[in-house]
Amino acid sequence: MSIEPGTQGSVPAGAELGAPAQTPPSPDKGMFGVKGTGDVSGFGRLVRPRPAVFDSPRPYGGYFDDVYDALEEAYPALSEAIEKVVVDRAELTLHVRAEHIAEVCQVMRDDASLRFELCSSVDGVDYLSSDERRFHVAYQLTSMTYRRRVRLEVAVAEGVTVPSVTRVYPTADWQEREVYDMFGVVFAGHPNLTRILMPDDWEGHPQRKDYPLGGVPVEYKGAEIPPPDQRRVYQ
Amino acid sequence: MTTSEYAAERETTEGRVFTVTGGDWDSITSSIDPLSNEKIVVNMGPQHPSTHGVLRLVLELEGETVTEARPVIGYLHTGIEKNLEYRNWTQGVTFVTRMDYLANMSNEVAYCLAVEKLLGVTDQITERTNTIRVMFMELQRIASHLVWLATTGMELGAISMMLYGFREREYILDIFEETSGLRMNNGYIRPGGLAQDVPESAIRKIRDFLKYLPKKLKEYEAMLSGQIIWQQRTQGVAVLDVTGCLALGITGPVLRSAGLPWDLRKTMPYCGYENYEFDVPTATTADVWGRYLVRMAEIRESLKIVEQALDRLKPGPIWIEDKKIAWPSQLALGLDGLGNSLEHVAKIMGQSMESLIHHFKLVTEGFRVPPGQVYVAVEHPRGELGVHAVSDGGTHPYRVHYREPSFVNLQAIPAMAEGALLADVIAGGASLDPVMGGCDR
Repeated sequence: MSIEPGTQGSVPAGAELGAPAQTPPSPDKGMFGVKGTGDVSGFGRLVRPRPAVFDSPRPYGGYFDDVYDALEEAYPALSEAIEKVVVDRAELTLHVRAEHIAEVCQVMRDDASLRFELCSSVDGVDYLSSDERRFHVAYQLTSMTYRRRVRLEVAVAEGVTVPSVTRVYPTADWQEREVYDMFGVVFAGHPNLTRILMPDDWEGHPQRKDYPLGGVPVEYKGAEIPPPDQRRVYQ
Repeated sequence: MTTSEYAAERETTEGRVFTVTGGDWDSITSSIDPLSNEKIVVNMGPQHPSTHGVLRLVLELEGETVTEARPVIGYLHTGIEKNLEYRNWTQGVTFVTRMDYLANMSNEVAYCLAVEKLLGVTDQITERTNTIRVMFMELQRIASHLVWLATTGMELGAISMMLYGFREREYILDIFEETSGLRMNNGYIRPGGLAQDVPESAIRKIRDFLKYLPKKLKEYEAMLSGQIIWQQRTQGVAVLDVTGCLALGITGPVLRSAGLPWDLRKTMPYCGYENYEFDVPTATTADVWGRYLVRMAEIRESLKIVEQALDRLKPGPIWIEDKKIAWPSQLALGLDGLGNSLEHVAKIMGQSMESLIHHFKLVTEGFRVPPGQVYVAVEHPRGELGVHAVSDGGTHPYRVHYREPSFVNLQAIPAMAEGALLADVIAGGASLDPVMGGCDR
């Protein structure tokens, strides 16, 4: 029987959190490797709430209702495509099922009452352990006609592809390449999905949460300063 | 094997490869049989004086016409976004300011606006702070446009323009140094306020600069605008219309040179830009010439904004009132740089234990930011600079992504260069004003 690190054997409990040490694999678990109780410190009784994302109720306020209604009218399959609608800090986020993202973008761009002509940004976020489908890709769309912004977000598990939006927004070309480079999310239908910032022969995807930052300890005035990903963190 | 004293050549499986060092184009063309070798692939950069830093362009040429252009980036990737996740929210400023090293203040303001929006304290930023932020962003825009003018001038053969542009920019960097202690990478704008107030000496320098620059701008225009070489190198070169710009996500002066007056300072104002009077200059030519006109006009508009900001600069606090966010000490500029003021050190070390605890907690641990995500965009000298910041409720950013205008705008190089002459690749690339530090982050 193999010995799991951190549970028994020569490795003390909590010594192996997995890199990077600063970001525990689960937000419920603190620095000391305590499991199950939701105790942050391992000693106190503090419970760290899991940041949950809830559906926002109608009305959303502002132009958000107009955008949603217009999208529903122009794209009848919207109820299948949308998982959640979140209004937070005066920003509208439509959580879209990955397989529908390119169609939704097409409608968002072309419909006369939506007119999101500009795809400002495409980027990834890795919600390791806090979401089954750990990789989220966020699309920031801008309507220059109506001066509106909407964020579309898709979530995929590792190994699941996301349809590329480069046919709708050619500007997403490099940005999808960056998401692929940094997170390993594969965009189906992208014309040239290669690494863009890292060298071509690089192994791993650096922005993933389980990819260590790296670094060496530095001596400063006699004291040894550990590399940033091994320093103490206040979660 | 080598046919000339300059360009070394060798045979590879892909064909004959020349290593050029400059000034040896003749030796290449003379050693290629024009009938059997119509196509040449030129690898320009990543170390090339006219590619604005470490940009590499792989160009396929037929004669002097570019048939295919492929930009290769990533040579200046430093993992800033990854590093941010290991520092607290305030320390992030020190990193983001190093992204686009010609527009430090804009990077910092965009980041701080995102953090403040996550905290929900955007309304609580004091008026003085907002005014100073606007003033410094506009000075930064002028500095950045001056460097653009300087480098573009150099690349198109107007070397004296380079000297003048950098000379005037130094004036602005002096103002920044007077205020923040550093010429570049200032780390001056902080979430919730500013590192320290603007000293009276810097205000005087800004006033002097407002009188100084307009005269110089006239000189540059007198030198460049009527110049026949400048006109021929820029007019009708690297044309990209509004449709092309929007498809490729190009914003900033390049988009405005195509005629669309899209400027986030007007269309989606932040930091109180709606209270300033200024115009959004546009051109209709959609070429390098148009971008030159737009940038020159933008410098003048920025001067107008700086003047208005100086007029409305009233004494007052620079830090947010919330003591859980505001930096615990007033920083002071000493002989050895920016640091805690002596009064503050005397207080926390000698008089008040609570102040010491507060200072220690806030400086080492930082403040917590409620979970959520925001996207904030500012009008950077090169276009829309967007910050997508995600918090998981901790003292460190969970993820910060910069939508860098240099990164997005560089995608336009193939659209501008293909079908044009090799020399126009330089002009077109320069007109995008890419900064590779921002592009690669």
